[in-house]
Amino acid sequence: MLTKRIIPCLDVRDKKVTKGVKFQNNVVLGDAVELASKYYDEGCDELVFYDITASAERRPIDIEMVRAVARAIHIPFAVGGGISNLSDMSRVLLAGAEKISVNSLAVVNPGIIAEGAKAFGSQCIVLGMDPVRVENDPRFPSGYEITTRGFRERTGMDAVAWAKQAEDLGAGEIVVNSVDADGMRTGYEITLTRLIAEAVRIPVVASGGAGKPSHLADAFTAGKADAAIIAGMIHTGEYTIPQIKRELIAAGIPIRKKW
Amino acid sequence: MIAIVDYKAGNLTSVKLAFDAIGVEAAITDRPDDILKAERVVFPGVGAAGASMRHLSELKLVDVLRAVVARGTPFLGICVGMQILFDRSEEDGGTPTLGFIPGEVRLFRPSSPADKVPQIGWNAVSFQRPHPVFAGVENETEFYFVHSYYPTTINPADRVGVTDYAGVEFTSIVGRGNLVATQFHIEKSGRIGLKVFENFSRWDGTC
Repeated sequence: MLTKRIIPCLDVRDKKVTKGVKFQNNVVLGDAVELASKYYDEGCDELVFYDITASAERRPIDIEMVRAVARAIHIPFAVGGGISNLSDMSRVLLAGAEKISVNSLAVVNPGIIAEGAKAFGSQCIVLGMDPVRVENDPRFPSGYEITTRGFRERTGMDAVAWAKQAEDLGAGEIVVNSVDADGMRTGYEITLTRLIAEAVRIPVVASGGAGKPSHLADAFTAGKADAAIIAGMIHTGEYTIPQIKRELIAAGIPIRKKW
Repeated sequence: MIAIVDYKAGNLTSVKLAFDAIGVEAAITDRPDDILKAERVVFPGVGAAGASMRHLSELKLVDVLRAVVARGTPFLGICVGMQILFDRSEEDGGTPTLGFIPGEVRLFRPSSPADKVPQIGWNAVSFQRPHPVFAGVENETEFYFVHSYYPTTINPADRVGVTDYAGVEFTSIVGRGNLVATQFHIEKSGRIGLKVFENFSRWDGTC
C-alpha cells in the first residue's frame, strides 16, 4: 500500500533554517544541511526547502546549498523560492533536487508550470499555494482566495479553480499551505485540504498548522491528503519523526516503517 | 568502474551522488566505448518510453546494451530503465522496447479516485525470492516510486519483488540472469537504497 508521506519543511535564510508565524517574526533554528541530515536519519519521507530570502528579496536560489543537501540525503526533496524561469529549474534539478516548487511565479506566469512539466516531467513540478479564508464573496466559490509573496498580496483567484488550472497545466503535485493555519499549530485547515484533494487527481500535500501527530492523521483521513508538511512541531524538539510515525501507525495510517 | 548510462532520460545527479556516498566509482556516460568497458552498467531513466527508445537509437546504444547484457555484465535498470527492458510499452501509442526480458508495460487505470496516477511515494516490496542485489533487505521494505506505467505479464521466475497499487500487484523488481531492474528509484530510497547499490557494486551477475 502506498504510504502517506511526512515532509519536514525547512525555511532557509542564508543557509539557516528559520521559523515564523504567518510568515512573520522568523527565528533561526539551525544549519539547513545538519537539520536535513537529522530528519533523514529519523526517517522523514521527503523534505522541502523554501529559500524565503530569495523570494522576498528577489535573490536567486542558493545552488551550493542544494548541492550540499543532495550529497547528504538520499531521499526526494523539493526546492522552492527564488525560481524565476526554466533555467533556474534546471539548475536546481541538476544540483540533485527531485522537485521544484513554484508559487508566486506560477500565479504571475501560469505557463511556467506547463513549460517545466514539458521540460522535466510533471513529477518535478510542484505547485505551492497560499490560500486565505474569505467569507461570502461570490468571486471565491471555494471560500478561499490565493495570496502570493508570503501573504503580502491578494490575487483575486479562487483556490480550487487555481488548483484545477495548475493540474491541467501539468503540475505533478499541489502543496496547500493555509495562511490562516500557518504557524498556529492548531491543526491543518482540513476543509481547504479536502476541497483541493477532491478537485484534482494529483497528490495533495497538506501544509500549515501541524502541532501534534493527530493533526497529521486528520489531514490524511478527513483532509484526504497524500502527504503532510511539518515544521515547528519538530524544529522545536517537541516531537521527533519516529514519535509522529508511531502515533500515526497506531491510528491505522499507512506509514513507511523501514529506513 | 560502473557506467551510468546517459540517454537523455532525465536527471542522473542523484544516481551518481548515491554511488559517491558509498565510495563506489561510477561515471555518467553516453559513450559506447565506456559502456562496453564497464564492469557494471546502471541504466536509469525518467520520462517517456517513446523518447527514451528514440534517444537510445540516436546515440547508437541499442546494440551496445544488447552486447553487455549478452556477455553477462551485471546490469541494473531503474524506473524507465526497467520498463524499456521489456518487449513493449503501452506508452506513446504503443512503443516496441528492447525485449531483453519477456513482458510488457501498461498504464495504471485505477477504479478509485483515491489512487492517483502517477503513483508518487513510498510503497512496500514483497519479495518473491531472494536475490543477491537485495541481500539484507527485509521483506515489505518501502521504496520510493514515481510512475504511471507498470510492468505486467512477467514470467513468474523473473519476478523478484511485487508491489500493490491501484488494484494491481505489479512486478517492482525483475531479475533474469545478469539483469536486475526496479520500478522504484533506488537512488531516492534512503539508506536501504544505498545498501542495494552496495550489493550491486559487488554482484558478479549470477544468482
